[in-house]
Amino acid sequence: MGEGLKPSTAVHPQVAIGWGGKTLKEMLEESERVFKETGRYAGLDRLSLREEHPIRYERIFSLLRGGLVNARETALNISASPIVKEIGELCFALYTPEGDSIALSTGIIVHVHTMSDAIKFMIRNNWEVSPGIRSGDIFSNNNSIIGDVHTADVHTIIPIFWEGEIIGWAGGVTHEIDVGAVTPGSMAFGHEDRYGDGLLLSCEKAGENDEFYQSYLKKVSDSVRAEMYWVLDERTRLAGCHMIRDQVYRVIQEEGIETYKRFIREVIEEGRRSFKERVKEVTFPGIYESPRFTDVPWKDDPTVSHKARRDTLMHAPLTIQIGADGDFNMSYEGANKWGYHSFNCAPSPMQGALWVQMTQSLIPNDKVNDGAYLATSLKLPYGSWCNPDYEKVSTTLSWHFLIPAFTGLIRSLARAYYSRGYLEEISASFPLTGNILQGGGKNHYGVESAFTNFEMSSEGTGAMYFKDGEDSTAAMWNPEGDMGEAETWESLEPLLYLGRSLKPMTPGPGKYRGGAGIESVRMLYRTDEQTLFNGLADGHVFGSAGIFGGYPGNAGYRHSLHGTNMKEIIQNQLPYPTRDGDPEHSEVDEVIRAEENVFDKHATAGPQIFREYDIYVSVHRGGPGLGDVLERDPHLVEKDLNEGYLLPRYAESIYGVVAEQSADGTWKADLEKTAARREQMRKERLARAIPAEAFLERERDRILHRDFIEPVLEMYQSSMDLSPEWREKFLKFWDLPEDFRMVSG
Amino acid sequence: MAQYDLETLRQLKRGELPFHLVHEMQSSHKDSDRFFKMLAIAQESVPWDDRILLPYAEHLYIVEKPDKSRVVKCDCGHEFGDYRRNWKLSALVYVRDTEEKINEIYPNMLGCDPEWMHLREYICPGCGTLLEVEAVPPGYPVVFDFQPDIDTFYEKWLKKPLNRE
Repeated sequence: MGEGLKPSTAVHPQVAIGWGGKTLKEMLEESERVFKETGRYAGLDRLSLREEHPIRYERIFSLLRGGLVNARETALNISASPIVKEIGELCFALYTPEGDSIALSTGIIVHVHTMSDAIKFMIRNNWEVSPGIRSGDIFSNNNSIIGDVHTADVHTIIPIFWEGEIIGWAGGVTHEIDVGAVTPGSMAFGHEDRYGDGLLLSCEKAGENDEFYQSYLKKVSDSVRAEMYWVLDERTRLAGCHMIRDQVYRVIQEEGIETYKRFIREVIEEGRRSFKERVKEVTFPGIYESPRFTDVPWKDDPTVSHKARRDTLMHAPLTIQIGADGDFNMSYEGANKWGYHSFNCAPSPMQGALWVQMTQSLIPNDKVNDGAYLATSLKLPYGSWCNPDYEKVSTTLSWHFLIPAFTGLIRSLARAYYSRGYLEEISASFPLTGNILQGGGKNHYGVESAFTNFEMSSEGTGAMYFKDGEDSTAAMWNPEGDMGEAETWESLEPLLYLGRSLKPMTPGPGKYRGGAGIESVRMLYRTDEQTLFNGLADGHVFGSAGIFGGYPGNAGYRHSLHGTNMKEIIQNQLPYPTRDGDPEHSEVDEVIRAEENVFDKHATAGPQIFREYDIYVSVHRGGPGLGDVLERDPHLVEKDLNEGYLLPRYAESIYGVVAEQSADGTWKADLEKTAARREQMRKERLARAIPAEAFLERERDRILHRDFIEPVLEMYQSSMDLSPEWREKFLKFWDLPEDFRMVSG
Repeated sequence: MAQYDLETLRQLKRGELPFHLVHEMQSSHKDSDRFFKMLAIAQESVPWDDRILLPYAEHLYIVEKPDKSRVVKCDCGHEFGDYRRNWKLSALVYVRDTEEKINEIYPNMLGCDPEWMHLREYICPGCGTLLEVEAVPPGYPVVFDFQPDIDTFYEKWLKKPLNRE
């Protein structure tokens, strides 16, 4: 605490810590009751502080917000973990006593709401009585069923007291490199349920009097592989929380406690109102549908455990209804069942994901808080992958399902913006955030360790209405995407970067194409053996989709070489590959000889053994495209050819651009021939396409014959079993008999 | 509040507005008259006279016919029928459901597996424009991307109800 600031006061455990002699639980119940009855936060009719003292009101917000950003920037430099330091995988937020967010820092703001859930969990479950909530206490949480995304994201949450009353909470979160799961890495998978997920902290009291318990630090150090990073990150988060607390005290000293209390109510109600106004300002009322899918191709995968060996297709049938009053209601009615894999998702991360998407789309400003949450609704069918009815499911890599599930939100908003004329806001959405390389073993320093590479923070973005997407620059879960320095990753991971480059054919084609993804070629070095995963990757399906005629960006693949001749290549100073490039003419395969070459669409695969000089190709994603490919400016196609985004054989088959290569290797589009070719392609389109009715008839016949592979059949059956509503919709659309089943049973 | 003239908005629609100006537009408060200005730009750009009620998707509009019915119409003039019925059901479809067809767009390894997912291309029968591409598993119902509530929009949001007499 800063000099001259008023010390917080310890509270006797028998005395209620809430306002006016109430318990915290009573405060939360009252807050929820009042909101339910009035539809307004704290039942506020007027925002009197804001109306009567607007400058003062904004100044308080700026002080709190500045304190949060300052805490994040300072904390980032305390951490040693590249995930935190390089990628910025941390954020901080300030909450009301009931756990509603008031303001937040920059960073992985998906967690602003997950920490809110964790605080409310403590309140609802009488943490006030046991283990007690006192000034100086520290709580740790990484339990996604309570409030988090997965065990890798660790929360530090502290209560803030003023003269015997709790006046709020500060929270911070960082992503850990290893969580002590059954296999190394922060998001291990291949196991069946939560018992393989690693160290679990369920709003555990981790310290008091502003210090961690020694027993807590000993426990976490003993439980994880990369303990130095974990323990430093504990201090990182705690330091940030204390900075936030100090800033709150400063504001209270300047403005008085009653003004602070009034402010935190008004700013959330303002957030709620401004969200609804924003919906009416820039969107269009109606119903939007945008389903999405992801594959888990594990039926014959020896790297995963017995129960996990199934081929699964995730179904995320997103529907958004925008109502007359600016209501914004999202539903995943029809989502299929959870499974014995690590991609299940609890409601808390789904809410967090909605939150982080809203802050990057509808409400892209710093004045964001739980008011936006209160203005929306999100239906998550019980028993589905996004709201499992079994609390012991594994959730280490919830993102694998969650990311595709939310792509439809951005596409639906794009349709709304289009109708309103706000073309500058339109994006064709984002791709899946893969590939993620993680693993561990005895590393290049000779110690058992683990790592999680986060260069997947920089995927290609979706095309915009007026320009191509940005290359390798963002992830839906962190608005400040950064791939990190290769040299920094090499210091942590026993894999050298042979190359890192933009990958051709990753952008989704369209009038405007998506941004390109990267690929990295990694070689194991100075390690006998590592366990590596291929993760967060859609291989058999596209995890996203284009809009207005644009195509999805690339799907993924796995390319690993075991038992290579890289040692000889290096000793003899021969050329080595820096990229795979065109997978039909792999540059890696052209240069390297290997005893085993794993090259398939099994892009999400469990723990596999790699040895020194083995090669791991990490293929990332390009963004989806927008608009008809035949409307793309031929000069942009020419540019794509010259800059390596587009392989020459696709200039004509996709874009109808006839281009010729000059002696110096540059491509030039022939505009006249292109116009003629495009005219011909439009005719070919009309000639080879069939009326939708004929397609529906053919497809219905396939349905009646159950002419699909097992994961597709099971996806439909599971969705119908869980949701009578979706079942009725499916049967009605295809005109199927009432007793129709995709899978007998 | 920002205001933009019609020519600026035409440039935005054509993708010709310099990026720094688009960026300013993105960062500014929204101009409340944008809808009507874009409607005017849409109306002047089509070769037919039906009144456009809203730009629905690239190349597609919901228009009001002389008999007050509302239909989805392509800028080429092709009509897809009542806007409450999914326009895709009246379109032409080309399904990329084999590796060969998918490989026309994606090199081997970078596309989907047609047994898990196929691409449905919805094409305007009038002009051959590719209007939407669905990437869904085989057997999936045709997706109804957007069902606008036009009357609520005009009556409650714009306070300018449509005359339906």
